[in-house]
Amino acid sequence: MAILSLRNVVKQYHNHRAVDSVSFDVEKQKLFGLLGPNGAGKTSLIRIITTITGADEGEILIDGEQLNSYHPSQLGYMPEERGLYKKMKVGDQLMYLAQLKGLDKKEAKQKIGYWMKKFDIEAWWPKKIEELSKGMQQKIQFIATVVHDPKLIIFDEPFSGLDPINTNLIKEEIRQLKEKGTSIIFSTHRMEQVEEICEEIVLINEGKVILQGDVNEIKQNFKENLYKIEFDGEIKSDFSQFDVQSRTANSITIKLPADVDGNELIKYAVSLGMHIVSFNEVLPTLNDIFIKQVESN
Amino acid sequence: MNKLWLIIKREYLIRVTRKSFIITTLLTPIGIGVLALVGGLIVAKGGQSQQKVLVKDDSEILKSAEITSKSNIYEFSRAPLERLKEDYKTDGYDLLLYIPAFENKMATQHDVKYYSQEKLSIGTIESIERTLERVFKEHKIDQSNIDREILESFKMNIDLENGAIAVGDDGEIKAGSEDTSSKLSIVIGTALGGIMGFIMYMVIFIYGSMVMRSVMEEKINRIVELMISSVKPIQLMLGKVIGVGGVGLTQLAVWLILIPLVVTGVQLVMGGDPQDMQQLQDMASQGGAASLQAASDDIDFHQVINEFKGLNWTMIIPVFVIFFFGGYFIYSSLFAAVGSAMGDDMGEGQQLMLPIMIPVILAFIMMQGSLQNPNGGMAVFGSLFPLTSPIIMPSRLAFDPPMWQIGLSILLLILSCWFFAWLAGRIYRVGILMYGKKVNFKEVGKWIMYKS
Repeated sequence: MAILSLRNVVKQYHNHRAVDSVSFDVEKQKLFGLLGPNGAGKTSLIRIITTITGADEGEILIDGEQLNSYHPSQLGYMPEERGLYKKMKVGDQLMYLAQLKGLDKKEAKQKIGYWMKKFDIEAWWPKKIEELSKGMQQKIQFIATVVHDPKLIIFDEPFSGLDPINTNLIKEEIRQLKEKGTSIIFSTHRMEQVEEICEEIVLINEGKVILQGDVNEIKQNFKENLYKIEFDGEIKSDFSQFDVQSRTANSITIKLPADVDGNELIKYAVSLGMHIVSFNEVLPTLNDIFIKQVESN
Repeated sequence: MNKLWLIIKREYLIRVTRKSFIITTLLTPIGIGVLALVGGLIVAKGGQSQQKVLVKDDSEILKSAEITSKSNIYEFSRAPLERLKEDYKTDGYDLLLYIPAFENKMATQHDVKYYSQEKLSIGTIESIERTLERVFKEHKIDQSNIDREILESFKMNIDLENGAIAVGDDGEIKAGSEDTSSKLSIVIGTALGGIMGFIMYMVIFIYGSMVMRSVMEEKINRIVELMISSVKPIQLMLGKVIGVGGVGLTQLAVWLILIPLVVTGVQLVMGGDPQDMQQLQDMASQGGAASLQAASDDIDFHQVINEFKGLNWTMIIPVFVIFFFGGYFIYSSLFAAVGSAMGDDMGEGQQLMLPIMIPVILAFIMMQGSLQNPNGGMAVFGSLFPLTSPIIMPSRLAFDPPMWQIGLSILLLILSCWFFAWLAGRIYRVGILMYGKKVNFKEVGKWIMYKS
């Protein structure tokens, strides 16, 4: 069952169609990637889902229900441009945002307490936001996004501006949220950042969906029978009977014809007496697939 | 509704707990108190110390007259002027006055000299001049053999009164409508109207721009996108407008209580009984405001207070409050809309301020005209037109404008509140999400038309 379904959603800004008949489903408890370059219409779409703006045409269903004014309390949204009230204390700020999401005072306090303890930042409660470093502010922003236990969370460029430690921390939290049953949408143009964690994606460009589905299936569909051999020592052959895509001092990437299996290649390499360190099928990155799709459209 | 309340609460609390708010709210009355104290001291210093004046009166006119002035003490000496000039100070006098002989009885000008080591205050000079002028005039009348009664009968006092107001339905003159009261009521009405209009003008600018800055801050901070994923833009805008309005009301209320307290306190500190207005009046007139004396001689302060109490307060206060809220609401909504369109570059959006500034400033200018002619065409138009009525209608209230005009004006005001909240909301919801776009009137016009 889909937590979110879009059916032919259109958003028209004065002589510019930001969202052009977009349809896709986000399944429950999935990590879903909303991918596309800058200006593809991702933010416009998110704003429609979060009820910030309305769609001109089409249908949006949350958990099978028409999107309505009660839904914002079931959604969590971390905008690309982070923002908090700089002069407000961390605790007051989170209480305020949580109550605006419909929690009562007691619930809000308890949930904020839980998250602050989890991040080991309980001592920050009386600190003003402007006193915190950027990374610290991101944590507060993350708590503000998830504090009301939303069914569906939308992260817009979640890792921009995060150092590797905080990136891992947030990734880990997101994984845990997913395990608890939360559905998550990542919106980003940095496709390499999410391809390892997203299970399903939709690729959009110029307001239109150009590709959607399971990440692994997509990769399989777009694979080009590329294999990479890494080795130690001498290469022993120049592999000129194959279509060599690239080579370095200790690796070579080869494209096999569609009817040739990878086993043939490794057999040949072994027969040469090469010292093989690794042998991999090279799957295309989402970035490659995206560029290919855009070019072919 | 609950969310709106949360927003109002935050907008209110975040401001009233700010140090700068507490400081300005408390310091303003103290500042006014200090000003009153300094002003009072200056006034008092001019009038407090009686000047001991030694007079060498060769004309013999002042000497033989009965001097009624309490401001200065006059004592006389026949000793030679040169000796007096040397000794008056050591003899305990503040100054020496030399009146030469007065020979030409028809002269209208007589030069009198004073000698003093310090510069005399304008108050002292004028007070001595007045005493001398009166004494010389009396002397000339006595010398001229003119019958005093005939002379007195030349004086004329004409009062222009409003027959329709001063006389009741039964033709009887109403109690309290003494000679000066109708004139006085106009003076009081004008003063009160001016003050109320000015308060409105200040409120619109100070708190209106507070709303605008706050909208801009949210937009620049980028918190606004997070906010409106939880609440409707119009809720956020209204919450801000109402919250800041509450801040303004709090500040005004504190001032309304503290300023009279501080001023009364200052009066007590200075030793004057605040009830005894006559004393203050004396001090004021002696302290250099001599030109006012002629006017204030005719007006009894008790009469002013009576006249003040006699105003139709049960009408004035509620109507003023309605216009206060209405005016604030309309303009702060517009300020919010402008703030949303402005973004980080204040200079770029400056032209958008114009449509707000113009009616306010125009209303303030029209108010001066309306005070002079409270029932004239401009006053009536200005007090009905919703963008000027919050300033002009209060300024007319002390002049009993017709009820239908007040009613119509309030109706138009309420409709306009609704209209401008709607209009501002339409601009606001687009403006707050619009970055890096040069905004002009055409653009804003498009926003109003956007579907939500």
